[in-house]
Amino acid sequence: MFEKEYDVIVVGAGHAGSEAAAAAANMGSKTLLVTMNLQNIAQMSCNPAMGGIAKGQIVREIDAMGGYSGLVSDTSAIQFKMLNKSKGPAMWSPRVQSDRMRFAEDWRIRLEQTPNLDFYQEMVAGLIIKNHKVIGVKTSLGLEIKGKSVVLTNGTFLNGLIHIGDKNFGGGRAGERAATGITKDLVDVGFETGRMKTGTPPRVDGRSLDYSKMTEQPGDEVPSKFSFLDETKPLSKQRSCYMTYTSNEVHEILKEGFERSPMFNGRIQSIGPRYCPSIEDKINRFADKDRHQLFVEPEGWNTVEVYVNGFSTSLPEDVQFKALRSVAGFENVKFFRPGYAIEYDYFPPTQLKHSLETKLVENLYFAGQINGTTGYEEAASQGLMAGLNAALKIQGKEEFLLKRNEAYIGVLIDDLITKGTEEPYRMFTSRAEYRTLLRQDNADFRLTERAYKLGLASEKRMRKMEEKKDKSFAFVNYLKDKSVSPEDANPVLEKYNSSPMKQSDKIFKVFSRPNIDMKDIRNFPGVEEYIQENNLNSEMLEQTEIQVKYSGYIAKEKNNADKLNRLEDVKIPKDFDYSRIKSMSFEAREKLNKVQPTSVSQASRISGVSPNDVSVLLVYMGR
Amino acid sequence: MKLNDTIVALATPSGAGAIAIIRVSGPKAMEIVAPLFKAKSNKPLEKQPSHTLHLGNLVDGERSLDEVLVSVFRGSKSYTGEETIEISCHGSPYIQQEIIQLMIRKGCRSAEAGEFTMRAFLNGKMDLSQAEAVADLISSENQASHQMAMQQMRGGFSSEIHRLRQELLDFASLIELELDFSEEDVEFANREQFKELVAKIQQVLKRLIDSFATGNVLKNGIPVAIVGEPNVGKSTLLNALLNEERAIVSEIAGTTRDSIEDEMSIGGVGFRFIDTAGIRETQDVVESIGIKRTFDKISQAQVVVALVDSGKWKEENTTSSALQASSPNGGEISKLFTEIEKIKNKFPQKPLVIIANKIDQLSEEERKELRETLNKIKGASLQLLSAKTGEGVEELKMKLLEFVNTGALRNNNTIVTNSRHYNALLKALEEINKVEEGLNNDLSGDLLAIDIREALHYFGEITGEVTNDELLGNIFGNFCIGK
Repeated sequence: MFEKEYDVIVVGAGHAGSEAAAAAANMGSKTLLVTMNLQNIAQMSCNPAMGGIAKGQIVREIDAMGGYSGLVSDTSAIQFKMLNKSKGPAMWSPRVQSDRMRFAEDWRIRLEQTPNLDFYQEMVAGLIIKNHKVIGVKTSLGLEIKGKSVVLTNGTFLNGLIHIGDKNFGGGRAGERAATGITKDLVDVGFETGRMKTGTPPRVDGRSLDYSKMTEQPGDEVPSKFSFLDETKPLSKQRSCYMTYTSNEVHEILKEGFERSPMFNGRIQSIGPRYCPSIEDKINRFADKDRHQLFVEPEGWNTVEVYVNGFSTSLPEDVQFKALRSVAGFENVKFFRPGYAIEYDYFPPTQLKHSLETKLVENLYFAGQINGTTGYEEAASQGLMAGLNAALKIQGKEEFLLKRNEAYIGVLIDDLITKGTEEPYRMFTSRAEYRTLLRQDNADFRLTERAYKLGLASEKRMRKMEEKKDKSFAFVNYLKDKSVSPEDANPVLEKYNSSPMKQSDKIFKVFSRPNIDMKDIRNFPGVEEYIQENNLNSEMLEQTEIQVKYSGYIAKEKNNADKLNRLEDVKIPKDFDYSRIKSMSFEAREKLNKVQPTSVSQASRISGVSPNDVSVLLVYMGR
Repeated sequence: MKLNDTIVALATPSGAGAIAIIRVSGPKAMEIVAPLFKAKSNKPLEKQPSHTLHLGNLVDGERSLDEVLVSVFRGSKSYTGEETIEISCHGSPYIQQEIIQLMIRKGCRSAEAGEFTMRAFLNGKMDLSQAEAVADLISSENQASHQMAMQQMRGGFSSEIHRLRQELLDFASLIELELDFSEEDVEFANREQFKELVAKIQQVLKRLIDSFATGNVLKNGIPVAIVGEPNVGKSTLLNALLNEERAIVSEIAGTTRDSIEDEMSIGGVGFRFIDTAGIRETQDVVESIGIKRTFDKISQAQVVVALVDSGKWKEENTTSSALQASSPNGGEISKLFTEIEKIKNKFPQKPLVIIANKIDQLSEEERKELRETLNKIKGASLQLLSAKTGEGVEELKMKLLEFVNTGALRNNNTIVTNSRHYNALLKALEEINKVEEGLNNDLSGDLLAIDIREALHYFGEITGEVTNDELLGNIFGNFCIGK
């Protein structure tokens, strides 16, 4: 029924599993994607959107490496926004609202077109582990599938428990059953496990809403897109979202249900994300706020279903309903599905290596919510890295790792395996030390060549990146070389109250001044001609502008990153025994023994390890 | 640096003192010292419990080196956290060296600078900032430094930095909030308030940075420049200021002081006396180089002491008329007048003490006359003394102390003494200045954040706190965010 032995078996076909399967198969590994329901590949279980601040950067990184999330996000988009456009380029963050059904459909089509990839629908109920090495999986029907490596991407399905008010039932997602068996197998071989919680808001009938009482939130006038490839195009028409607010009246109604809330009556013990609180949590913790924002997001081009972002709740469905009916524009709302909370098993990610392989069981990889993360983008990027590394390992090649100054994906994985996480982990730009380096516009410069060398990014992608790089750098050099006279520059400088020039100066220097932008520069003699002659597109112009205007900050962060990487080079021997270093706090020794960092730099990032401890460690490492 | 051998070194300041302590620390401390120690009680040292004192002789074969007092610290209950023997011997440098060399011959290694403290630190006896303070404590020869080091260890300095850092962190959180959660319904950082905070931080940083000079002076001794001819009695004066022991020890060592630059403790405050060549006879080219050097030294000094030989004055006074001698045209006193005039011109703010030495050679009447003459020099403090008999020496000490006690030592201000802290403060200020500039230019938050993070990093170098998770924790704790 199956191949004699697969190279990589991916368990679960959500965002992590789909990227993992695509990466492994594209790397030439014989790959099997096993999921409980083939109708539900790449479901958006929560909000119908991809990207956002820090998350949009991750999608760009996935795309730069040859993953599918960017392409699928483009083809299924119904609205595009570049967030934070008023801030520096490190903050520019692409986000799309997605057509939920089209998103899943496009993923499935792309996976089906991927060579080396087989599919099978059944629940994986256990792992076959021999001598601390995984050699396959067992299904609920008792089948054994042999695989050289296994990537687990179980999402919220492992012993998933759904809560609505005082009711609860097993399930991995509304309307889908939970998965059992795997947790037990892992605990039996020594894994530590925990429970996490997340929630989702009600979905309602868009025809029952009064949008005239809400604020329209249209997409960008000039939309952009995620993929660096030309294969996808920016949207020519878009759908709007709407915004409304809760009120004290709404809050009072919600409070009536608190007694029956699993959050407050102690039925849910596990920790949910602080940055994605349920509406009851918001009211409870921030009692002084008399209103909270709600975003009304269409679920697709053709469906009437609407997602009520900001109203995540596990209160009884009657309370949800009554409260929502008191929100402006929702007076006649009809429910499609109530909101709910879900608890699921995860495995503290400090049990992983940087490659996402587990420390305890060889050739076993984890990606996504099983590692305590939240978010499609976080999951997808881990899936890509896990699938990629599983393939590399089977092929006997060196693992592929990203550093914190190279990618948000590097920050994400390093945070997870170094610090672990107490709550579902979401990416923020502030988690990155060097966000000026980790921009969405340069994800291809950072990653495409490396992915190309691995065989993951295509030739076409590589050439496209090279052209953008060569042309934008050449343009920067042109601006460094070419002068502009006071007669030509001063009218522009006057416009911005910038002090006038007395003699000719390089365009680069004038461009570096605050407020001066590409439009101004294009009016200087020779510049427009250069742009036309060299066929510079908007991406190249944007790249040039960033390279000029932020060169100081970019250089500074590069410099700081180099310093950090010097500590990265101070390696700690495997299985180093920290308990003998008495000058370290007990907490630090315990944490270090648990995490077993590979470098002093990594050790310094473990919470509970103080700079003093790092100094001591450096002494022991012979510095 | 090996960490499992036995090390030996002087634990008291180098140079001569009444008593010196030689510390032997490491797994073989007892094994090495015990056979060399003959207790008066005849009890074998290796049988003695921890934290006991034993009087006896330290012997090298048949030869007795010194009568010593030995302290035994067993196991981890010592300063270093290792087995430690401390030998209190007589303070002669000769004896110190004899004992240390004996220990080395018997298997100890000479400890590197700060190695005892390093071991204490590595054995969990102190944290890094304590270790640094202890290192400063060890090198400080006097009570004033001790106070500063104690204050630092108690966290006086770090708590001030900690407060500033917390305020900056709160603001950094607000900046991060508007970056990572710009889509949310949250209030943003008030730039005007932030400017005020930045100004406040700049002020405190500048004060702390300035205090480094004072701190350094207190730690290394207050520099005092001595101006006067070589024969005016500077050596004798210093010997008079020094305690008796040290003077005697100098004889034992057979050393004479050619160059006088010496540290000493007066009333718990360290002083560093710097010899200068004097500033007379400006015609000579070589001399004028010497004069320049003298001025350099005076500029480094906090107090200037000008010495005059009252014996010479007496000679002049008896051979010619008093009026002539005190006139600006010649003689010892007139030379002094010119000299002091020059110093006062160049360094109008510098405290000046005029010392008339060798007054044991003067009668009461002559002393009175000398005093009257010298009192004509304005803006200087006068002290008549005899270094030989010790007359007036105590009064001079009091005068020197007065200069210090009016300063930073008395008021309980935080003083920065550690150069690592000093550098961190300088860098933090540099970054804060950039933040100020950015605020004035309406720089976008993500770019401001780069400089703020750098500043926080340098604060953290002092307080030992790291930032990233704290920022997010701060945000989640204080703001309602999340769709």
